[in-house]
Amino acid sequence: MYNGGKILLGLIIFIGLMASPFIFGLGKGDAKPTPSIDTPEIKAMAKKQCVEPKEVMKTEHMKMLNDWRDSVVRDGKRLYKATDGKEYNMSLQNTCMKCHSNKTKFCDKCHTYVGAQPYCWDCHLTPKEGV
Amino acid sequence: MGMYAAFLAVAGLIVLAFLGVQAAGLHFLFGALIPYVAFLVFVGGFAYRVYLWGTSPVPFRIPTTAGQMQSFDWIKPNRFDNPSNGFGVVVRMILEVLCFRSLFRNTKSEIHEGRLVHGSEKMLWLFAILFHYAFLVVFIRHFRLFLENVPGLILIIESLDGFFQFGVPFVYLTDIMLVAGVLFLLARRIVLPQIRYISMMADYFPLFLILGIALTGILMRYFIRVDITAAKAFVIGLVSLKPVSAPEIGVIFYIHLFLISSLLVYFPFSKLMHMGGVFMSPTRNLANNSRMVRHINPWNPEVHVHTYAEYEEEFRDKMKQVGIPVEKE
Repeated sequence: MYNGGKILLGLIIFIGLMASPFIFGLGKGDAKPTPSIDTPEIKAMAKKQCVEPKEVMKTEHMKMLNDWRDSVVRDGKRLYKATDGKEYNMSLQNTCMKCHSNKTKFCDKCHTYVGAQPYCWDCHLTPKEGV
Repeated sequence: MGMYAAFLAVAGLIVLAFLGVQAAGLHFLFGALIPYVAFLVFVGGFAYRVYLWGTSPVPFRIPTTAGQMQSFDWIKPNRFDNPSNGFGVVVRMILEVLCFRSLFRNTKSEIHEGRLVHGSEKMLWLFAILFHYAFLVVFIRHFRLFLENVPGLILIIESLDGFFQFGVPFVYLTDIMLVAGVLFLLARRIVLPQIRYISMMADYFPLFLILGIALTGILMRYFIRVDITAAKAFVIGLVSLKPVSAPEIGVIFYIHLFLISSLLVYFPFSKLMHMGGVFMSPTRNLANNSRMVRHINPWNPEVHVHTYAEYEEEFRDKMKQVGIPVEKE
């Protein structure tokens, strides 16, 4: 090999960069977040269901919250009719956080895990916990 | 012809992944086995290709001389466009790799009012650099799904990328730039007749493939959302070498992953190797010092020479006898 030293150095840097997720990942993988629904309000519910089914909420809650905000702030409409026919008051603090009163053990769990940085609490008051 | 074949090939890959996951339920094959194999082919193939280049001798200095070479003291040399030392080469390479300097000098020739005119053409440079940097940021951003504890730097990049905070979740600016870049590079090959004439399947295929990867990623983030927590847990399982089957993640995730695996496998055998090749091109990375340093071709056979000194040593007596002058008595 000609200029072997420089080429090998470059290759080692390349392979090191490519392998870095594996190097950092070794022995990891057990920290899958488990958002807690262990709050007094949810415990008291007969049927533990959110506004929409859990699977829908998992992927669509960000869109729903955004739609709620637009509906409330721009159109002044606060009534949400869920797909199962139940009606809810569109409100992050009064509806969502009433049941999920444990932000750090519920919202933050997944958001921190995947590095999502929602801007809910730029405007809303961060709920006080353990009250 | 090549264009349609490339398009069909990428469409076929998408259909294959869709059927394999949705109909046949091969989540582990498409989610874990194929990505692992693809990663190994990519790194191994890349290293082997670079090794092959490294073993090719470069007997002569063949830098492209884009400026005045080092000459007399009173002639100002162009240190970076015609470097004569290592420092100049390093600067030239940095400009080439980070700023695409040679592409910046791109020109085009056109017939204008019956005359052939040459002019500067910066659009290719603009969209090429847009595309490459957008791709780099997208690549770096993905590390939030590969590292269990997301580093602060990646969060900063992410929030800058979603700076304008529109869309749900925030639309990443680099998503738009990446697609715009690919579409320009693709349109160029479709619309311009000269470029279309010299374009082959190997030119279209990577563009369609990258477009497919970008679009499936965009679909997955903004439209057909998947459970991102489950997706990250699955990816962490891959990088911690504890792969699991995760059928709960939507099929769009597997299509995205399969297209990336295809790109990784294709990479070492294709023009995409310019990623490694840009560092290895002798027209850029050699100093133009042919007139200062003697370069000996490393594969020259050994030539047995008979110098005059040796000749005289051998025939001195005979030379003296016939009166030929000798250097050493």
